[in-house]
Amino acid sequence: MHELSIAHSLVELAVEAAENSGIRRVQALYMKLGVLSGVVKEALEFSFDVVIEGTPLEGARLVIEDVPVKIFCPNCREARVLPEPFPMRCPLCGTKTGQVIEGREMELYALEGGEEDAGDDN
Amino acid sequence: MQETTISPRIVEIRQNVLKKNDLLARDLRKRFQETGVYVVNLVSSPGAGKTTLLTELLSRLGKRHKAAALVGDLATENDAERLRQSGAKVRQIITGTVCHLEADMIERTLEGWDLNEIDFLFIENVGNLVCPASYDLGENQRVVLFSVTEGEDKPVKYPTIVNSADLAIITKIDLAEAVEFQRERFYEALNDVRSGIPVLEVSVRTGEGIDEWITRLEADREAFEKATGSL
Repeated sequence: MHELSIAHSLVELAVEAAENSGIRRVQALYMKLGVLSGVVKEALEFSFDVVIEGTPLEGARLVIEDVPVKIFCPNCREARVLPEPFPMRCPLCGTKTGQVIEGREMELYALEGGEEDAGDDN
Repeated sequence: MQETTISPRIVEIRQNVLKKNDLLARDLRKRFQETGVYVVNLVSSPGAGKTTLLTELLSRLGKRHKAAALVGDLATENDAERLRQSGAKVRQIITGTVCHLEADMIERTLEGWDLNEIDFLFIENVGNLVCPASYDLGENQRVVLFSVTEGEDKPVKYPTIVNSADLAIITKIDLAEAVEFQRERFYEALNDVRSGIPVLEVSVRTGEGIDEWITRLEADREAFEKATGSL
């Protein structure tokens, strides 16, 4: 299971990004996870809860958006989304392809939070 | 005074979670290129025969080139010792509980080696077809190995690693008949996840396919040098 390592990297990245964008309290992390990322969503969610304890992210939610596989069909010359990750064939014409455009993502794409509290003027 | 207020807002980040690893891998790749090291990352399940095949490959390749290897395992130096029989420079990476190699482990382990003295560097990843898929090690190519004893549908069970590989090697091909390995079914499974991937069938016992692999590696290295103008 490498989800624990990934959760560590995610938290590290989020803490840094929060600091850079002036978010003092992170309430949610939004992440894109490709079907081909090799990451098990449930394992990552579990690891995340463990890893955030005692960090500035404690209490934050992890919101994961699944990204399906999008391939380029060399025959139709079009990008197509696959209903299932494999077989990697164009769902329209059946041509096999290994050209993956989307589906490998493991991306932190947004943070939700705010500048906590009283002293702040907004 | 108002109660504690949070003015929630959403900030776009758009960063790869493994950014740190990827940046490090990029630096490594640059170093390898500058010093003329061609790097191959080998991945497979435990028991597919990576170490045996690599020992044989290094022995043969070592006659014409300077080859080195890094080998990752959860514990023990056993594989490094086996690989050293080939005469190549070898270092073991003990990962403890980590089921894959990361770019910083490679960087640390290379310390003290003069990369100018190496033509080919092989990285034998931890035996596992899941975790290594996520980590770029700065390699030029990723090779995925399957043995004939593992069953024909293995590629579709581990599509991520296959999809990111540049070459597939079928090991222990001398046992194909004995274990009733169904070649066509295997190739179909492979092509379902990585259409057009080149495949080599090898056997350390009979020597089949090993020289072919060497010829291929030499051509790949040469093409890479030409493309990048390195060396």
